[in-house]
Amino acid sequence: MTSSLYLWLIPLVPFAGFLVNGLLGRRFPKALVTTVAWVATLIPFLQVLNIALHLNSLALPYREDIGTWITAGNFHADFAFALDQLTLIMLLVVTGVGFLIHLYSAGYMAHEDGYWRFFAYMNLFMFFMLTLVLAENFLLMFVGWEGVGLASYLLIGYYFTKDSAANAGRKAFVVNRIGDFGFLIAMFLLIAHFGTLSFSGIFSQIGQHSEWQGGFLTAIALFLVLGATGKSAQIPLYVWLPDAMEGPTPVSALIHAATMVTAGVYMVARAHAIFDRSPFALTTVAIIGAATALFAATIGLVQTDIKRVLAYSTVSQLGYMFLACGVAAYSSGIFHLLTHAFFKALLFLAAGSVIHALSGEQDMRVMGGLWKKIPITFWTMTAAVLAISGIPPFAGFFSKDEILYQAFVSPNGAGKILWFVGLLTAGLTSFYMFRLWYLTFFGESRAEHAAPHTPEPGHQPEKEEKPHPVHESPWIMLGPLVVLAILSLIGGWVGVPAALGGHAEISHFLAPVLQAAPEAAEGGKSVELLLAIVSVAVAVIGWFIAHLMYFAKPELPKQLAAKVHGLYSLLLNKYWIDELYGAVIVTPVLLISRYVLKGLFDTGIVTGGSLALGYTTQGIGSLVQRVQSGNIRSYAGWLAIGAAALLLLTYFGFGVRWSF
Amino acid sequence: MVPNAYYLVLSAILFSIGMAAFLVKRNIITIFMSIELMLNAVNLTFVAFAHQWHQVSGQIFVFFVMVVAAAEAAVGLAIIIALFRTRATLNVDQVDLMKL
Repeated sequence: MTSSLYLWLIPLVPFAGFLVNGLLGRRFPKALVTTVAWVATLIPFLQVLNIALHLNSLALPYREDIGTWITAGNFHADFAFALDQLTLIMLLVVTGVGFLIHLYSAGYMAHEDGYWRFFAYMNLFMFFMLTLVLAENFLLMFVGWEGVGLASYLLIGYYFTKDSAANAGRKAFVVNRIGDFGFLIAMFLLIAHFGTLSFSGIFSQIGQHSEWQGGFLTAIALFLVLGATGKSAQIPLYVWLPDAMEGPTPVSALIHAATMVTAGVYMVARAHAIFDRSPFALTTVAIIGAATALFAATIGLVQTDIKRVLAYSTVSQLGYMFLACGVAAYSSGIFHLLTHAFFKALLFLAAGSVIHALSGEQDMRVMGGLWKKIPITFWTMTAAVLAISGIPPFAGFFSKDEILYQAFVSPNGAGKILWFVGLLTAGLTSFYMFRLWYLTFFGESRAEHAAPHTPEPGHQPEKEEKPHPVHESPWIMLGPLVVLAILSLIGGWVGVPAALGGHAEISHFLAPVLQAAPEAAEGGKSVELLLAIVSVAVAVIGWFIAHLMYFAKPELPKQLAAKVHGLYSLLLNKYWIDELYGAVIVTPVLLISRYVLKGLFDTGIVTGGSLALGYTTQGIGSLVQRVQSGNIRSYAGWLAIGAAALLLLTYFGFGVRWSF
Repeated sequence: MVPNAYYLVLSAILFSIGMAAFLVKRNIITIFMSIELMLNAVNLTFVAFAHQWHQVSGQIFVFFVMVVAAAEAAVGLAIIIALFRTRATLNVDQVDLMKL
């Protein structure tokens, strides 16, 4: 390792793109804006690719110090970037998928106002996301962490003239602040206990003290988890992600599916040295993950907005990744992160293509019969649906199966329950994905029966024109779909477990950073094979039920919904969680703000206090002003009285002793 | 030999009369006279103490006070004449235009 890798260029190039487009883009022609944005994401991608190709000649982990940032007493935080296997995978995902989505966006956003603004924000997001994954200390990571939140806020609220979009952006921002609070507390604790925020510093200290178990490490880990639940949309802070679908679809694909929301998983994997010492925190992560996976999947079953289904699916899949981290199978979590980035980005982009084809329609109830009209979108979407449902040999099968297996064999007492929840979720996932697939592409077209719709957020057609006839998207959008479809097909092959004749390359690759997932013993292999068969069977059952309900007997869902009406409306209304949060948290906060803080404190004490001060002064003034009558003789009288008083005082003393 | 206290008491009485007149009277010439009375009461005190301590400085003070009083009387009477010409009154309560 002699030459520098110039890691600092990777985030800085998108930032330059942001500055150029953000400052000057308004005056640029669209083609120039697009070129700037593409180049600003292509260069980091090529650089990362170059690093990946020369990996063998590198000494990992590689560290690059740019300069000192903060020095306060004994505490230092530097601008330092680090590269190891985990970072490399994240970099490949972020730059690769990011670049594809930038390509796609040029087609999808072609008719939008504020084209330059969109690409400037996208580049800004790339900058912060790359900072987040490259950072060598928690503080720099936090900069990226906050920055992606900012970019996410800006892009969710891209259609800021719409109230719902602006509110969704605010909601995402506020909910993320709660998580960031946890992250901050965790950092304070880290500084208090380790005196540094550098990853290498903290982890080597932990490595030297094997007696540190639980205790303050549990506290740190739990606060980190709070941060991760905010960013990665886990219970209890997942509520912002479904609303974030108000943003344009490429944003949902890039930020709210492939990259930003996985930052929490990345952070847990990065800080695994802390989590490994705290079984309690790990169990918490696993339970949060499993609960979120199941919970979100059940909501996804009945949603009718195509992007909302995908949003709940994302929450659910992130739950899987948390589950993996929670059973200390970090590499499985990262593996799922990788495959999920491919197929979920593909799902969103394909959904975007469907929405584009239908000139802005997002409601699946008025879709149907589209597969002949938009065949390429259909086939790529099919690849993604198969991948997420866990049908071999598509990518999702291997990663999901790995997680389920790891949960099953984990020494954690709840391992079997976690496995079962995961399996159940896999069945639900398969069901709702095939439901989406059938509703969108098969059956009769229901578009004619629908009342004329107002275009949902995401894609506004040109307002003056009549809606276009259904049309396939341009190649600039289909190209990324095809690439991602191929990745969704073969992406899982990097992690084929030994039981299925593979070598689990990805967990070996990650082994230097995260300890390798335990190898399946000979006896374990048959267990793993059996579990794989079970999960495929569950996926197929899910598919079959979806086929039955939405293809063979389309009248069945309505009857079923009528039969279990309570459950159906519970799911349709997302367990009334938003309403619950509104009643339990938002309303009291509003009331306290309005009546206690504003009414009592602000108006009462602050304003009232200053008013009282003013009135008191005025009152005293109006009393005292009588003295200044303008009558010279009364002044003289006061003078005489004063002199007499002084004289008396001097004469009788009152304890005053004059000394000269 | 008259005791010193007698002088001081006389001086206090004169001063009090002067002050009372200053506060009560409305005629500006009377007020002027009461000011002179107070000044001379003070002069009496000075002289009494100078005599008691055999120091000449008290008597020199008195000369200064007399000079100031004379100057004051000259300026004051001029003002009074000017005032009477414009206002045709010597009542101070009617000469309060300087007041807001």
